[in-house]
Amino acid sequence: MLYFINLVSTWAIPVILAFIPLYAYTKKVPVYDSFVDGAKDGFSTAISIIPHLVGMMVAISIFRASGALDYLISWVTPWIKNWGVPGEVLPLGLLRPLTGTGSLAFTTDLIRTYGPDSMIGRIASTIQGSTDTTLYVLTVYFGAVGIRNGRYALKVGLFSDVVGFVAAIAICLLVF
Amino acid sequence: MIHLIWVALICIGFVFAAAQGNIEVVTKAAFDGAATGVTVCFGLISVLVFWMGMMKLAEDGGLLQKISKLLAPLVAFLFPDVPRNHPAMGYILSNMSANLLGLGNAATPMGIKAMQELQSLNPDKQTATPAMCTLLALNTASITLIPTTLIAIRLNYHSANPTEIVGTTLVATAIATFAAIAADRWYRSRELRRPPASPPSTSSLPPQKTQAPQGTPVAASSPATPPVSSPAVPRSGMTAAKGRNTTWKG
Repeated sequence: MLYFINLVSTWAIPVILAFIPLYAYTKKVPVYDSFVDGAKDGFSTAISIIPHLVGMMVAISIFRASGALDYLISWVTPWIKNWGVPGEVLPLGLLRPLTGTGSLAFTTDLIRTYGPDSMIGRIASTIQGSTDTTLYVLTVYFGAVGIRNGRYALKVGLFSDVVGFVAAIAICLLVF
Repeated sequence: MIHLIWVALICIGFVFAAAQGNIEVVTKAAFDGAATGVTVCFGLISVLVFWMGMMKLAEDGGLLQKISKLLAPLVAFLFPDVPRNHPAMGYILSNMSANLLGLGNAATPMGIKAMQELQSLNPDKQTATPAMCTLLALNTASITLIPTTLIAIRLNYHSANPTEIVGTTLVATAIATFAAIAADRWYRSRELRRPPASPPSTSSLPPQKTQAPQGTPVAASSPATPPVSSPAVPRSGMTAAKGRNTTWKG
């Protein structure tokens, strides 16, 4: 099982990189033109994230440098230390459903501070990749059709966020 | 909500720094943070440009349609109250395929189109239908095959093995998706037992100005992989709860 997860991690990307162009080529797609055409959008997407990321990074950076974050972590760490979970990742669990760029900024901050190959870095990476920004999705989708009463959609979304958060931590502690 | 968090982070930081008598930390941290934000985005450019080119290839080559075909029976199971030949089905399929392939830019418009089609089946235009809730559940916990953005950031900080989190992310998202579907089914059957009483939801939040990160591309590791049941998923408590759903009759 753990071996399998590592195998997927190693092989997934190379296989996809080889398969997609080959498949498109056999379907008579002008592959190079098509690739360049799609790649154009990548640049504008990356640039459009800058303001969001700078805004969040500034706030998180101030929060961390002032010592407020350490205080928060020291306050929650005793509760979860028993399971070997690093307290540093907890704020990420709160941020993730609320803001995509905010949690991305926080993840980046953790990876920068503790290193990408530390347990904290790995858990943060997995949490960030694990769920979508529930509140954003809800707001956009319901807003588009004018739904006022979302019934149980928010509950389901947040529930799956919690499950994903716990699962991400558990999996990382198992595998690494 | 996001506005409150942002202001709170800055102000709490300010108060802490002031209380400790080193307020100059705030200035330095602010500019460091801004610099980091830009640096990270520059690191993302190369990966996003490359990946979105790849995904465009997947779309033009017909992989997206192929995955849609594979997903069709699954979607029919998830959305029992949507007629098979209704246009909403097509959009739901496109939305799920785009999510799997990480076409974030395509997934959101497709999802919105699907919502508009589902709205046409909705007797009460102010209240979400069960089908809409299912669509949202799938989108909030979308299975992620390749977390591209994270790999890019790990590369930026010189990780020895930037892709080692692909497997863990896949397993975690698969579990979260199971949980979302199971919870969705459970609520749905509960509403059927007592239709009129539906709790007011808080989805009338002010519109958020945040952008969901569109750089979490996902791709099918092989087109024959059934997307929602990966063999790497351990049997969690949630899969047991799925057993309850078999009694549900649409």
